[in-house]
Amino acid sequence: MAADIIIEAKNLSKSFGKFKAVEGLSFAINHGDVYGFLGQNGAGKSTTMRMLLGLIFPDEGSVYIKGEKFGNRSRHLLKHVGAVIERPDLYKYLSGWDNLRMFARLSGVPITTNRLHEVLEIVGLKGREQDKVKGYSQGMKQRLGIAIAMVHNPDLLVLDEPTNGLDPQGIYEMRMLIQRLSKDFGKTILISSHLLHEIEQIATRMIIINRGKKIVEGDVSTLLSPEDTNINVRVGNTDILARLQATQWANSLKNTTDGELQFRMNPSNIPALNKWLVEQGVPVYEINASHSLEAYFLSLTNEDNAKA
Amino acid sequence: MLRLELYKIFKRPRTYISFAIITAFALVIQLALVADGKNFISFALQAVNEQFDIRGNILNGYLVTYIILQSLLVQIPLLVALVAGDVLAGEANMGTMRLLLTKPVSRTRLVLVKYAASVCYALMLITWLAIIALALSVSIFGAGDLINLKSDSFVIILKDDVLWRYVAAFGFAALAMSTVSALALFLSSFADNAIGPIMGTMGVIVVLMIFTTLDLPIFNTISRYLFTTHMIGWKGFFDDPVPYAAIIRSAVILAIYTVLFVGATIWWFNKKDIQS
Repeated sequence: MAADIIIEAKNLSKSFGKFKAVEGLSFAINHGDVYGFLGQNGAGKSTTMRMLLGLIFPDEGSVYIKGEKFGNRSRHLLKHVGAVIERPDLYKYLSGWDNLRMFARLSGVPITTNRLHEVLEIVGLKGREQDKVKGYSQGMKQRLGIAIAMVHNPDLLVLDEPTNGLDPQGIYEMRMLIQRLSKDFGKTILISSHLLHEIEQIATRMIIINRGKKIVEGDVSTLLSPEDTNINVRVGNTDILARLQATQWANSLKNTTDGELQFRMNPSNIPALNKWLVEQGVPVYEINASHSLEAYFLSLTNEDNAKA
Repeated sequence: MLRLELYKIFKRPRTYISFAIITAFALVIQLALVADGKNFISFALQAVNEQFDIRGNILNGYLVTYIILQSLLVQIPLLVALVAGDVLAGEANMGTMRLLLTKPVSRTRLVLVKYAASVCYALMLITWLAIIALALSVSIFGAGDLINLKSDSFVIILKDDVLWRYVAAFGFAALAMSTVSALALFLSSFADNAIGPIMGTMGVIVVLMIFTTLDLPIFNTISRYLFTTHMIGWKGFFDDPVPYAAIIRSAVILAIYTVLFVGATIWWFNKKDIQS
């Protein structure tokens, strides 16, 4: 429903010289979405995000924020948006508190001191706010960047690669924070990451772009259907192939390699498949199911690259 | 927003380098003149003393201030450019421009605030120069009539008639430094690193000053339109009578250049893609 759309890109195109970074890209983000924005390096993700925020001007197309056309003359609409683009670059010679206070004053909304303390609490920086930013770890900078993005309580948070440069603990904490922002604070989130596993765990909707164009967009649960789960079975031998072709499993079999059978099917079929293999006297050493966004992403982008 | 910009400028240690340089420069000249002022004066007045007998406290605070100002003609614009050249390019270099421009602030307002902040800095620098050069020199050397030596003549300004001229001269210098700030801001809008705009500003000023000072007919034609020619309009306040018409013309030309540089910065910055 149009009233629920927080931000919408309509037919965005941008070229740098002869290079077409983004071409005819359209999508809409609804209230409450955690919207994954995926693409290989150079696919046009950052350019698109910058166009959404008015950092880069599109050659063609428009951006609408809460139904209003966004441009240089309507920058007030940015009060509905908070963003961390690429890296949370901050004033390193100032304290975290000074950085937060300074950007809060530019947010177009009156911000109380209590609110500053509140967002520091949310992102887990309470007690470190008086330290100079140059002494912060990458994770702390990312969290301060998110505090700055959300301090004015915007409807939409745009997070471009928020887990970049973080260690596994930092990535986990960032994921928890983003999930909390969505579930507890009702934020709509547009997030790009090359860590597809992360997106898979937090996104409700997603778009995949390649060479500046949309390949697919939709609900994560629909796009990543259980029927497309990859099931790899490591067996003692593959002599079973001839018998397998005559069974219900033949349609699901996608590939065989030395000692491994690869199926694409619903994981609920694993027990029955395992039982059948054992009954056929085939030793089964390992079965793993990987329903990965990564596999889905790679299959789509490789297919698209092959067409080019 | 202006307060935030000034806060950022004055929280950076390098901002104070300019103040330290001016202080050091003024102190060196003052100390040198304390130590060897008499020789300097007799050398400077060598040609004059052949025809005139000049007596009194010639090496006074007003003359020392004039010597300091003459010596800082090139350095002050450089010190102003250190900050003005950094206000846009420095944000791009630090990556904070991205964050700034995701806030609901118009780009035009951002440019104007940054310009206003760099002008405030220039004004503070000029004020500091006035304190360290004028106030300190007068307290060390005392007040007296000011002898303004020129290439083909000299002007003596009576002691009671000097102070207002310095106030006016510092005011004019502030206007000239506003123009330098505008040039540095303009160059800063093209760059993602402050070195380029700072060096660029100095390059433009040095080259144009060469046009101004070289006494060649081709340069004489264009030099009257160059802002560098008019930056030294403050010297007019130490002539007798004061050439008000020329000073006003210089001030108007500097103001026109300022408006052009700031206007061009706004135009360019409003269409610039932020890719840093």
